[in-house]
Amino acid sequence: MSLTNEIIQNTLSQVFTPKVENFHLLHDILTFEVKPDALYEVIQFLKTDASMNFNFLTDVCGVHYPDYEEERQFCVVYHLHNWIDNIRIRIKSYLPASDPSIDSIVSLYPGANWQERETYDFFGIIFKNHPQLKRILNMDEMESFPLRKEYPLEDQGRTDKDDRFFGRTGPNC
Amino acid sequence: MSDLLLTPEVRFQKEIENRRKKDGVELSVLNLGPTHPATHGIFQNILLMDGEKVIDGEGTVGYIHRAFEKIAENRPFYQINVLTDRLNYCSSPINNTGWWMTVEKALGIEIPKRVQYLRVIIMELARIADHIICSSVMGVDTGALTGFLYVMQYREKIYEIYEEICGARLTTNMGRIGGFEREWSETAWKKIHEFLDEFPAVWKEFEDMLTRNRIFMDRTIGAGAIDAEKAMGYGFTGPNLRAAGVDYDVRVAIPYCSYEDFEFDIPVGQNGDCYDRFCVRNAEVWESMKIIRQAIDKMPDGPYHADVPEYYLPPKEEVYNNMEALIYHFKIVMGEIPVPNTEVYHAVEGGNGELGFYLITNGSRVPYRLHFRRPCFIYYQAFTDIIKGRSLSDAIITMSSMNVIAGELDC
Repeated sequence: MSLTNEIIQNTLSQVFTPKVENFHLLHDILTFEVKPDALYEVIQFLKTDASMNFNFLTDVCGVHYPDYEEERQFCVVYHLHNWIDNIRIRIKSYLPASDPSIDSIVSLYPGANWQERETYDFFGIIFKNHPQLKRILNMDEMESFPLRKEYPLEDQGRTDKDDRFFGRTGPNC
Repeated sequence: MSDLLLTPEVRFQKEIENRRKKDGVELSVLNLGPTHPATHGIFQNILLMDGEKVIDGEGTVGYIHRAFEKIAENRPFYQINVLTDRLNYCSSPINNTGWWMTVEKALGIEIPKRVQYLRVIIMELARIADHIICSSVMGVDTGALTGFLYVMQYREKIYEIYEEICGARLTTNMGRIGGFEREWSETAWKKIHEFLDEFPAVWKEFEDMLTRNRIFMDRTIGAGAIDAEKAMGYGFTGPNLRAAGVDYDVRVAIPYCSYEDFEFDIPVGQNGDCYDRFCVRNAEVWESMKIIRQAIDKMPDGPYHADVPEYYLPPKEEVYNNMEALIYHFKIVMGEIPVPNTEVYHAVEGGNGELGFYLITNGSRVPYRLHFRRPCFIYYQAFTDIIKGRSLSDAIITMSSMNVIAGELDC
């Protein structure tokens, strides 16, 4: 019997409730939320369980929601793909603004390494037990996390251009 | 603190000293890049060498990072298309089309069959162009420049087709939400037919030159090998994964753009080494030509764009004479298009793997968040692991066989 979204939802709810919630279908991809402290176990289960077989990590990325409540300001989104039954799922884990940290899944999928580094680089989300959590695309000395919403793009029409406004002074070079 | 968090220079210096104390072997550090002819783009590898052998390495990327994901959060959808051009610039039309399909999925637009077939043709031409570059550059890196210059003429012919369709050559910015900006001209079709007539003989000749060439085989067989298990773990997709023997292809697994209408094979390799990657790409070029021929034969009648006046610019003469057209024109140009509050992940089979677009919209004119799943960013992290213990010349050929495109790597 091939795997369906209902089976995934039922199995996960049985094993992990109350750590998994809010199952819904978004453009054909089953999407659900996992509490950050259970994320590693959920993904490990999805990868290793014989009926689940999510053998491929498609994508990891971060999202910043400054308008949400304090507990849900950051989100890490994982796309997993089961190549045997050809089914995709999307896992979201919301993190608090005060401590945006989550377990790394590099030990499950080595390919998560650079993707988690990228997420750290742009959002400042800490991946615990990551082997090499340092910046990847930006320079090491940078202090800000540029994809957070509090860093706007520079106004294209400004006339008072000055190095200070490019962030070229100080540690943010 | 783990040593891995140090800069590679400091980390390797420590290792050099340790090794000198241990058995007196003198290791050295080699900078491969950022602007090295063999990197074909700007990225750096700092390698720890024992003579000719690579002991360890670290890739440092980001030299042409342009913050596309940040810029995209401040641009209306149709202005993001020009950003996607600059990801894998060897096959821009695939990126463009992938982006339009993502937007169309988010907006819920039905695309006419003819537009889908036209898109298939242009995407397969782009795939051929991409593979021409990668395969012929592998020849260059093993010392065969002639093949490269010879097949490059045919990439030029593909660029002429792009030029005829959209006016641009490298960064094509092709298409609109819903289809193409204009009907494909007679000249475009003529050029496509010419290409299909002439190119097979050329590609055959190119393959004859290298595929069973003793020097080329000695250089590539067994070099840069990665097994299927590891390749999947590292997130390999595209020809690099198929060379390792896994038949995953987005065109077949999750068909888009009516790919299910066409008969074609997915070539797979066995050992996942440079030679297999080369052969898989070459075979894919033949499959792409097969798809283009089928698309031309089965081409349905119909318009070249979907009937979506809210998103597709009306013809200029309509704008001057017709009230609705004027309103739509104004609204589209001012970015006032209706956007739902949704989330979409859409993937296409790019030149070097699964190119995904993860788009979150919140009803405003611009994406709330747009993430590009760039295949070569994900598989390139395996590079230092693959070349460990091999010679420097193997590292070079491995790099060119992996088809790492700096624009896509850094985004």
